[in-house]
Amino acid sequence: MRHMTKMALLAVGLVLAACTNSGLYSGNNGPGSQSGATAGSVDDPTSIAHFQQVVGDRVLFAVDQSTLSDEGRLTVLAQANWLLDNPEYTAVVEGHADEQGTREYNLALGARRASAVRQLLVAQGVAAGRISTVSYGKERPIEVCSAESCYAQNRRAVTVLAAGATG
Amino acid sequence: MKIIRIFMMTLLAVVWLVPAALAQNGPLRIEITEGVIEPLPIAVPEFIAENAAARSVVADVTRTVIADLVGTGLFREIPPAAHISKVENFATPIQYADWKAINAQALITGAVSVSGGKITVKFRLFDVFSDKPLGEGLQFAGTQQSWRRMAHKVADAAYSRITGEGAYFDSRVVFVSETGPKNARQKRLGIMDYDGANVQFLTDSSAIVLAPRFSPTGDRVIYTSYESGFPRIYVLDVASVTRRVLEDNSGTMTFAPRLHPDGNTVIYSLEKGGNTDIYRMGIDGANPRRLTSNPAIDTAPSYSPDGKQVVFESDRSGSQQLYIMSADGGEAKRISFGPGRYGTPVWSPKNDFIAFTKQNKGRFHIGVMRTDGSEERLLTASFLDEGPTWAPNGRVIMFTRETRGADGVSALYSVDVSGRNLKRVRMNGGGSDPSWSPLQ
Repeated sequence: MRHMTKMALLAVGLVLAACTNSGLYSGNNGPGSQSGATAGSVDDPTSIAHFQQVVGDRVLFAVDQSTLSDEGRLTVLAQANWLLDNPEYTAVVEGHADEQGTREYNLALGARRASAVRQLLVAQGVAAGRISTVSYGKERPIEVCSAESCYAQNRRAVTVLAAGATG
Repeated sequence: MKIIRIFMMTLLAVVWLVPAALAQNGPLRIEITEGVIEPLPIAVPEFIAENAAARSVVADVTRTVIADLVGTGLFREIPPAAHISKVENFATPIQYADWKAINAQALITGAVSVSGGKITVKFRLFDVFSDKPLGEGLQFAGTQQSWRRMAHKVADAAYSRITGEGAYFDSRVVFVSETGPKNARQKRLGIMDYDGANVQFLTDSSAIVLAPRFSPTGDRVIYTSYESGFPRIYVLDVASVTRRVLEDNSGTMTFAPRLHPDGNTVIYSLEKGGNTDIYRMGIDGANPRRLTSNPAIDTAPSYSPDGKQVVFESDRSGSQQLYIMSADGGEAKRISFGPGRYGTPVWSPKNDFIAFTKQNKGRFHIGVMRTDGSEERLLTASFLDEGPTWAPNGRVIMFTRETRGADGVSALYSVDVSGRNLKRVRMNGGGSDPSWSPLQ
């Protein structure tokens, strides 16, 4: 496990930590460093918090679409780089849909979204065995209003890290 | 959790009276499809308690019979205060003139006895304006705890005789019970009587469960659960409340399972690499076979009553539409062509309609169409209606209605195939994804 506690990164991390809401269903307790005041927090670039908040753990989709946007694509490329730098982690890509749509269709749509992210990660060289997918359809919204402002946040694929077998 | 459902009940339907005039073509007949405007007035005096032990239950039995019939929207109760005749003995001849005077078209009389943990309910149905019984008297017996079922059977017999349609009150619904806020919803499988009574839970809420379906005999439930962390198909035995996973291919998602009318074959969706197709396999999980093969989302399959065809939804045209194919797969024929998106098709047990969910211009509808796609008719409209299921007689549809916004909740509703009698199922808590059992 690397320890790269640079002051610059620390400053960026603190700012982001103050304004970013980590995912409701994403764990925050990965195999981060156990020593040092900042280990495992956002300023530790090997930490899950850093992945979530600096790299970006999620991409958003247009209505009924599973094609990555340009912005989403950049996020997934950054995720791929991070995963290549941090081979001790595996990831589950969770696909989600907004509440507009029938339950089973949305399950399949969420799977399409998760798969789009996984395919790009693998194309970037992340070992296929490290990345699995799961769809929650419309079962796990993070925003609860019935308006596009919430729907846009719910149409997402979230890359959730876990400690891999190679710890 | 464990539920011990006692269904050792012996259920006898015995011809009780000397045969009276059967299947008459008199005025006492409701054609459900004919657009009933005015509910038929009926009188149901409180059933007679034939022994002391029955006294505590007669009112409940009578109210349940009335609730079933009035709940269809086809009948109106004439309140007991308006009755001229008092029915104090089940065998006493009916004073038809007294019932005609208050314009009761139909009269139901009944008697209840309770002994040794067993309840017996007798009833007779009269066509008041024809001065004669409509069908024979019947008697139903079961465990005392099953008194509701006995009442439902009485109402079923009366409903069938008057409408000519199949019965449906003595049936159950499996559904997903929902509690908690929208962003932390807890789901568990529940089972209840069709009218919302006797709710029991079949799973705890530790894992998301979705879209349960009854087996054709009503003794098993097939559904999707996240118990393993990933969506998988489970089969649950209702009597013992034991379940087993049907199929466990890692790297895939299996969901949307329904059983073939023979009870031995499961049709379902399998997702692999982001693509969802329809498959089938044995109820033991053996011999999976792929039925559709294209990059579209193919899901929500439903067998025709003869098991030879499957209606399903696919976005192969670019948006969700309904298709019919052979139960063995092969070429699929699109049947939905109206504006909007169509999903969750369910073939009627009467084989006359396919019910579906439709999304159009930001609204959701439950609708029906003929099996060739003609005569499309929307029965409901709301912020979010979805997931129709047919009553065993194919005349009533239950579905999920979810309300808008942060405080949105799911509830079960029912509506006639005619579009009349839309109402919420009376039950505690939220619910979704109902599946109606066959007649018990």
